[in-house]
Amino acid sequence: MIASDHNIQRISDECAQFHADLESATPPWLTGLRRDACRRFADLGFPTTRQEEWRFTNVKCIAETEFTLAKIAAPLSRETISPFVLDEDYLRLVFVNGHYVGDLSATEATPQGAVVSCLSAALADHPALIEDHLGQLASDESACFAALNSAFIRDGAFIHVPRGVVVERPIHLLFISTDNCSPTASHPRNLIIAQRDTQATIIESYVGLNDGVYLTNAVTEVSVAENAVVDHCKLQQESADGYHVATTQVRQQRASRFSSHYFSLGGQLVRNEVDVTLDDEGCVCTLGGLYIAAGNQHMDNRTRIDHAKPHCDSHELYKGILDDRAKGVFNGKIYVHPNAQKTDAKQSNRVLLLSDDAVIDTKPQLEIYADDVKCTHGATVGQIDETALYYLRSRGISEDLARSLLVYAFANEIASALKLEAVREHIERFLLTGQSLTEL
Amino acid sequence: MLEIKDLHARAEEAEILRGVNLTVNAGEVHAIMGPNGSGKSTLAHVLAGREDYEVTHGEILFQGKDLLEMEIDERACEGVFLAYQYPVEVPGISCKYFLKAALNSIRTYRGEKRCSAKEFLELAKDKMQMLGMDKSLLDRGVNEGFSGGEKKRNEIFQMAVLQPKLAILDETDSGLDIDALRIVADGVNSLRSADRAIIVVTHYQRLLEYIVPDKVHVLADGRIVRSGDKTLAWELEEKGYALVEGEREAVQTQA
Repeated sequence: MIASDHNIQRISDECAQFHADLESATPPWLTGLRRDACRRFADLGFPTTRQEEWRFTNVKCIAETEFTLAKIAAPLSRETISPFVLDEDYLRLVFVNGHYVGDLSATEATPQGAVVSCLSAALADHPALIEDHLGQLASDESACFAALNSAFIRDGAFIHVPRGVVVERPIHLLFISTDNCSPTASHPRNLIIAQRDTQATIIESYVGLNDGVYLTNAVTEVSVAENAVVDHCKLQQESADGYHVATTQVRQQRASRFSSHYFSLGGQLVRNEVDVTLDDEGCVCTLGGLYIAAGNQHMDNRTRIDHAKPHCDSHELYKGILDDRAKGVFNGKIYVHPNAQKTDAKQSNRVLLLSDDAVIDTKPQLEIYADDVKCTHGATVGQIDETALYYLRSRGISEDLARSLLVYAFANEIASALKLEAVREHIERFLLTGQSLTEL
Repeated sequence: MLEIKDLHARAEEAEILRGVNLTVNAGEVHAIMGPNGSGKSTLAHVLAGREDYEVTHGEILFQGKDLLEMEIDERACEGVFLAYQYPVEVPGISCKYFLKAALNSIRTYRGEKRCSAKEFLELAKDKMQMLGMDKSLLDRGVNEGFSGGEKKRNEIFQMAVLQPKLAILDETDSGLDIDALRIVADGVNSLRSADRAIIVVTHYQRLLEYIVPDKVHVLADGRIVRSGDKTLAWELEEKGYALVEGEREAVQTQA
């Protein structure tokens, strides 16, 4: 038996125990969902590079590591988490090793009628709503990691914005990993339901506090109903040995708007998937992404936008900065269905390579089955712009500083598009520190 | 302040400068005029240190030091400033960060105290007001989406903040309407002083009505073929560059 097969059996056994432990406190539909997902995971196994979707990303290191489910950690102090709290005014749900920590969270200012809560508690209060939505968007038919997440569903964020409600305060979901002794895994599961005529801003942060191998395997489902506006942002700052695999699945209804800005700044092996289905007319979807990797980090970004109906716009810009022996992957698909006339889709991936050994595999794809559409895609890979470098140096700025500034400038194009000031500043600080530009 | 001796420079295979001699003293304003392709911009960029050009012969002394031995940024720190004909867009970095980094680099090089964020903003706002610029420009990406006039004005703004010893204006007038031209010229004139030299590279005499030069040189085929006072500019305006045809031929025969 090869190592990963052995591991799949081991995980299935752990999963069966997990289900048995929780069964008495779990509605039957959820036990069924977990069990089905566990079987699917066992059938699918871990992906290999022979699969097109995983051609450039080898997950052997995950498949062969014997992760155990992350346990509740010793309580963290407010001081410990304060560097990751973006703004004290935000609504906040804090999860440590996948477990909700109410003491560190802040939900009092949630507007009347809306729910900002952990999934485990919401199961008791809103069972029907969750049963109707959970697992409906994140199809795990062919997705091993999503199936694994479903098999281990226990907690995560549950956000429900009822019709007509505007949640003015951004909602910050902070996931902290603390383990460092033996490899552990957590499987956060987030469900976001924005009903008609609503507005909400959600930020997911993933941070690691200690060295040592761990896996975060997150799934976020977002339902954006008619005329709703959802801005989604994600800061991935796992620690150096962390593995981060995450899928965000979005379905948009008529005239809704969804934006996402993903900042992939940490972790050893990272796979970030975003799937958006524009399921009715008049939807607008904006996907922005920035991935920064050095050393031997590996960062894979896979996006898919389905234009299922006419008159929808999508704009996508992903930027990557790769140094040392880092490897980046961008695999972006735009799929225009046969009746999706008047689609306007733009996709671009731009990559800055700072070393000769850094590698990018970029694969922008358009599949168009409608005939009256406007679609563009492109990828550029390059080094620092010599003309800009000369310009900066001719003002007295040393070559090293000029290069740092230009890397910062390249990255900052994505950050500066953020409407959230606290998040923008957080990213800017990260970028400035990374480029030793703090004195600016 | 600046002594250029028998300067030859090439870009790839083409020799562009073929023996330029020029001396500019502190306190002076020199205009370098000449037809398109005569080497005016090349001379400006060779002074700034652009690596696309190779100096094959000659020397440049700046305040007695060998300029050609200096790195690009070192030249700027020593006090050389080039206002670009085509300022470069650098999206993602604000004018504020950029110019503050430049000012502090220069100050550090000279062993002077670094400028705090507050001091910098006061200085910048003062200069922007002088140039009739909106201070919101400070938070925009360097030249990003600027109109042609805004870009040129931004060059003069940088110059006003950095206070160079030798300012070289490369066709700063091209593409400016008369109002913008006046503002730019006022900015340049405000920098005129006994310890500073200015070289105005231009194709047209118009700018020289506002920035009146002490000396005018005509560059043709990579050499200065004629020098004179400001009346030379008027003469050129009247008669065109045909005026210097004779000198050009003489130079070519010599060569």
